[in-house]
Amino acid sequence: MKINNSQKYWRANLGIVFLLLLFWFLSSFGAGILFSDYLDKIKIGGFNLGFWFAQQGSIIVFVFLIIIYCILMNKLDEKFNKEKS
Amino acid sequence: MDLQILTYLMAGTTFALYIGIALWSKASSTNEFYIAGGGVHPIANGMATAADWMSAASFISMAGIISFMGKDGSVYLMGWTGGYVLLALLLAPYLRKFGKFTVPDFIGDRYYSKIARFVAVLCLIFVSFTYIAGQMRGVGIVFSRFLEVDINTGVIIGMAIVFIYAVLGGMKGITYTQVAQYCVLIFAYMVPAIFISILITGNPIPQLGFGSKVLSEDIYLLEKLNNVLTDLGFDNYTDSTKSKIDVFCITGALMAGTAGLPHVIVRFFTVPKVRDARASAGWALLFIAILYTTAPAVSSFSRLNFINTINNSSYEKTPEWFKNWENIGLISWADKNEDGIIQYGPGNSLEPVKPIFSKQRGINGERIVSNTLTENENEIYIDRDIMVLANPEIANLPNWVIALVASGALAAALSTAAGLLLVISSSISHDLMKKIFRPSITDRQELFLARLAAAVAIGIAGIFGIYPPAFVAQVVAFAFGLAASSIFPALIMGIFSKRVNSIGAITGMISGLLFTSAYIVFFKFISPELNLPDNWLWGISPEGIGVIGMMINFISAIVISSLTEPPPDKIIRLIDDIRTPE
Repeated sequence: MKINNSQKYWRANLGIVFLLLLFWFLSSFGAGILFSDYLDKIKIGGFNLGFWFAQQGSIIVFVFLIIIYCILMNKLDEKFNKEKS
Repeated sequence: MDLQILTYLMAGTTFALYIGIALWSKASSTNEFYIAGGGVHPIANGMATAADWMSAASFISMAGIISFMGKDGSVYLMGWTGGYVLLALLLAPYLRKFGKFTVPDFIGDRYYSKIARFVAVLCLIFVSFTYIAGQMRGVGIVFSRFLEVDINTGVIIGMAIVFIYAVLGGMKGITYTQVAQYCVLIFAYMVPAIFISILITGNPIPQLGFGSKVLSEDIYLLEKLNNVLTDLGFDNYTDSTKSKIDVFCITGALMAGTAGLPHVIVRFFTVPKVRDARASAGWALLFIAILYTTAPAVSSFSRLNFINTINNSSYEKTPEWFKNWENIGLISWADKNEDGIIQYGPGNSLEPVKPIFSKQRGINGERIVSNTLTENENEIYIDRDIMVLANPEIANLPNWVIALVASGALAAALSTAAGLLLVISSSISHDLMKKIFRPSITDRQELFLARLAAAVAIGIAGIFGIYPPAFVAQVVAFAFGLAASSIFPALIMGIFSKRVNSIGAITGMISGLLFTSAYIVFFKFISPELNLPDNWLWGISPEGIGVIGMMINFISAIVISSLTEPPPDKIIRLIDDIRTPE
């Protein structure tokens, strides 16, 4: 079956979303909750690392994830529009 | 200058600003009333979304709650920001591409069913009113403490302001007032945080002060806080006491709930293009993160300050703020060992937990409570909601900072209330009237209905404020649980599945909704005495059960859809269209 442009675009889109959600999960549910107690043994300045991820780090990661998403998607959109025309 | 005059001055100036903006941006069509004409700049929309989202709960309550929960309080920080990643990656761009007015619009069209639309409207109205009740309580607290007017008068003033700009300006008026409100609230939140961070750690950036050493002592702030707390018999501030599965589920429910809240989603309908929707989700989270990364720092500063100021000091010599908050009933002190000195420690000081004040005063001048005193040594009851508001006073900051905080809290509460009122009114005028019951009405009639619905909704919200339902705190779990278990999965499947059909989506929404509400109603209202970890399903509290409701929704929708007819071709084309860029 031939894959048309739209399907290719959609798959690339899903790939980006999946990858970024993986980091979303790892920084919050992973570092902030599931492995938090292990990370707490590492200290950076006055912070236990697990505690820092739970109260600050995950939020900072979230902001970066959305910024990266915007950049990647804008590129993907451009590529798609070029191939279409 | 006198604190009260300053507060009046600041609150008055900000109110005048909001009304001025409203008059300048009056809505003249349903398009402007529902989505501000669809021409809002992504940065402006980011600010408006941040103000829309950060409510009285974020501004007033959150840091206080974390202050007393320590690491367990992280669920709110991660949950209420992580939802934006879901929103930005999974919902906002597609819903913008779909390009209609309301959230039920998408559900009704995608699932080609008036019943689906109706169920979505019901969820939306329930979630939004639950939320508004909380805002009104916030407005009430600020007015009664800082402006020293009667709570009812305060609520009526707040309602009048929202009435002017929501009913006149619709989404257009709300958007630009929210931009102003964001500026007011973030400034009001940061100024005292910076002051206190300098006072305690010498670092002007609260996020860094949080991890720094205490001024002129060779010990990190968090370490010191842990020591002080464990000396008094509390748990470590930086350790978690809740079970992992519960923390996991609460965070998940708050994230999915955030992404499913209609008043937030609808903000992404107001920008011109899909790429603007993505960008404005980024801006929104950045603006939110400024407050959300400051909040946990404020929590730790204020807990330390509170203990240092209060514990083992004589009641007679306590600062003015302690007595002021005692007078409005949010702090109580019961001198258990009759030494005239305040002792603070773990456990509730009273039974029942909240103080019931008698008219009398004790020998030290304190208000006497008629509760039973508990066995433990703790003599203090403190309402967690007051930490942020009392913080500048506890830290002895100048009066203008205190007045600023009061204006910021009002901005946070009013901006969220307005956003909620708008989605309620548009779901009634647009989804119920225009799309279900009276399709023949003209645009002008619909606009009139939208204004009427907004006015009625403000009236109902006002009644909530004046006669606050006793269950406000309990129903907050409801708002997120319901959004997570009903609206969020329906939207996700609507975009990412071509197979989920109308009967599947309706079954999914209803089963997720019923399961989640039954669980919450049982533990919060029918048998609150059973609300203990041992009785919970898999150790999941009512606050986290939305995650299970969400799973039930997904599974039942997918199973039922696979057993029934796939959606018609028209719908497949609609899905293809929202997935393709412009």
